[in-house]
Amino acid sequence: MRLPIPTEQVRHCRQLAASIAGGVQDEISPLSTVSVERSLLRLVGIEGSNQESVPLVNCFIDQLTGQRVLEDGALYWLSNAILATGETPQGIAERVGARSLDLVRLPRQPRRAIENHCRGIVQDALVTLLGKRRRRREMEESLARTTSPWLYVIVATGNIYDDIEQAKAAAEQGADAVAVIRSTAQSLLDYVPEGITTEGFGGTYATGANFRLMRGALDEASRQSNRYVRQVNYCSGLCMAEIAALGVLEGLDILVNDALYGILFRDLNMIRTMVDQHFSRYLLGLFDTTIVTGEDNLIKTIDAFEEYPIVLVSQFINEQLAKNAGMREERIGLGHAAELDPALEDSFLKELVQAQLVRQLFPRSPVKFMPPTRYKSGNIFFAHVLDTLFNLVAVWTDQAIVLLGMPTEAIHTPYVQDRYLSLESALHVRRAAGSLGQEVRLKPNGQGAARACWLLARTEESLTRIAEEGLWNSLASGAFSAIKRARRGGRGYDGVFRKGHFYLNPFLDREVVRRARRKVAQNTLPGAIELPGAIELPGAVV
Amino acid sequence: MSEERPFIRPYGDRLNDGAVQLSFSLPISLSARSREAAKSIAGRLGLEQIRLVSALDLGNGFSFYILYGATTVEIDDQAIHLTEVERPLLDFWRINQLLEFELKKRVTVVGATIGTDAHTVGLDAILNAKGFGGESGLERYPQFRVVNLGAQAPPDEVLEAAREQRADVVLVSQVVTQRNAHLENLSLLAEMLEAEGLRQDLLLICGGPYIDSQVALEVGFDAAFGPGTTPLAVASLIVEELLRKAQ
Repeated sequence: MRLPIPTEQVRHCRQLAASIAGGVQDEISPLSTVSVERSLLRLVGIEGSNQESVPLVNCFIDQLTGQRVLEDGALYWLSNAILATGETPQGIAERVGARSLDLVRLPRQPRRAIENHCRGIVQDALVTLLGKRRRRREMEESLARTTSPWLYVIVATGNIYDDIEQAKAAAEQGADAVAVIRSTAQSLLDYVPEGITTEGFGGTYATGANFRLMRGALDEASRQSNRYVRQVNYCSGLCMAEIAALGVLEGLDILVNDALYGILFRDLNMIRTMVDQHFSRYLLGLFDTTIVTGEDNLIKTIDAFEEYPIVLVSQFINEQLAKNAGMREERIGLGHAAELDPALEDSFLKELVQAQLVRQLFPRSPVKFMPPTRYKSGNIFFAHVLDTLFNLVAVWTDQAIVLLGMPTEAIHTPYVQDRYLSLESALHVRRAAGSLGQEVRLKPNGQGAARACWLLARTEESLTRIAEEGLWNSLASGAFSAIKRARRGGRGYDGVFRKGHFYLNPFLDREVVRRARRKVAQNTLPGAIELPGAIELPGAVV
Repeated sequence: MSEERPFIRPYGDRLNDGAVQLSFSLPISLSARSREAAKSIAGRLGLEQIRLVSALDLGNGFSFYILYGATTVEIDDQAIHLTEVERPLLDFWRINQLLEFELKKRVTVVGATIGTDAHTVGLDAILNAKGFGGESGLERYPQFRVVNLGAQAPPDEVLEAAREQRADVVLVSQVVTQRNAHLENLSLLAEMLEAEGLRQDLLLICGGPYIDSQVALEVGFDAAFGPGTTPLAVASLIVEELLRKAQ
């Protein structure tokens, strides 16, 4: 099934998005943020917190901020400290956390020596992490191939141990990806909490420890079901870059990562968010991790029929920003949701057209298709009907990742049986309607085609306007969802700084990355990378 | 002599058959024993003629059951005491007229879903111009000034907005009521408004599909709305209460 859309117009939309994203890039390139710097410290192996439970990476950055020398960057001061003391990054961070080491008062080493040492540390970190990623890919490839679309479910008990039990059940029931819902207001915290969550509200914190526990459980479930089960978490928020780093460290497969979500829905500062999203996406791209964007949030706040073009606008911009950060299209999962009012005539056809349009506009993107939520009520039976129709749209238009709706969506976070019923419906539709998209065509001059052209024309208009105004001004004037944000307003602006003369971040250095990649390819991996248990060879392909 | 009251029972397809439909999971794998356990639970709930119509293994040591049964419980619905009073509804014009000429002011409504609740569908249905159920939302009324704080506003932000905007009405929507988290937030907000001396000048209203209006009143709200509430119902109540307060 194809919609007849003018390719020239699509190309123009992409050009406009490139010009919008380019305008952002010019301004953010000379900037870094406290959370980008903390993510660098995490990548070179610093973890844990001090006696007052402040994460060591925060202690480190706070000390530099306090002394007004953060402009040189965390890695500059860390490398200097290593050369001056001979201690490990972790050892230095612990002493900073205990207030027994003043980074700035250590004897300053020659700049060349600092740079060389820093490149060495970063290259080692890259080799370890790239090696780990490669092992994970090998494990994935050793298991039976997953049928498309991937069925994505959430667990949200607030206790990571309960989440694990539910995730294992979901994996057995046929889930391909499991997202652990994050504690609700974590996006507003300017630090990543430490440790294991057992009493979170609305979810568990995104922490290294929680990630690790769930990863172990899903790897076990993957081997048991001979099907790779992907782990998903969320990094949008003030710690976007830092959680991306944790995702890389702990082997997550998919991270929810939206360039605009924090600005629009969390009132995070736009400059801070743009700098953070850029580095977080750079990292995820480097480690071949998939991102999914959050346009579903946008759809929920607008009239999903009349104002739908703004969703496409956001997708074009998200795509371009991610590409500017070095991501390839195959890893940029744009968000999309089916939120039309079921009272509309032909709402099914309209959803079908919108879903197909997104698929055609972004053919290589593993689009994440999200289920109806807005018009669900306590009527769980009707909610199940809505979800089944949604599943049909997803299979028909060959979406890559389908987040399954729950019959109890409007009532509570899913019970174990809710997830089962959803998977049962989705598996049925995938089996029953898998070839539908290849067999059925839309009328070339029907209402579907007309709708698609209308949507694309409005999208082009909006993108033109935003390209003229620039993204910052458009955010300020309420171009998205009528939400207005001031350039220097919102949370986190004080965490943005201009990179100084000595600033160092070899993770961005192509030569360092190339050398690390070559080392990994030559299989000179430092130390054994542990994956729980033995990896079985593929059995009978299902 | 008292009139004979009709008692009612759940209805399937015959009057007084007491038909009840039930589903739940157990944290054990499916087996002959687990099936009996499920029926036993239905029995302990007081159901009779229990039929286990579906039993499914959910994996990882969980199983799911769908059962039917009959209850002998019967209720006199006339004897039930209602806390949510059914009010007569005013219409759009009458509401604006009363506000403009009787109350003689434009009413400021500050609305939010508070705490961790991200569901704004109910709030938007009442406040956004688009409205709900064929009725315009409060934004569309010339005599209402709406300040919609949206999702997940912390109670102190609501309080600040109420103060800054000189709110006449604070409207809180709560959809997520799991583990009674909403009660904590609702009572916290009521207490904070009280402590800051704003409470007596305000009409404090909450709404949501699972809000127990009795409890809402107990934690200090003036009114609570249940599922399916339309903007007109909320607007009518606001007018009535503000006029009553003004007298």
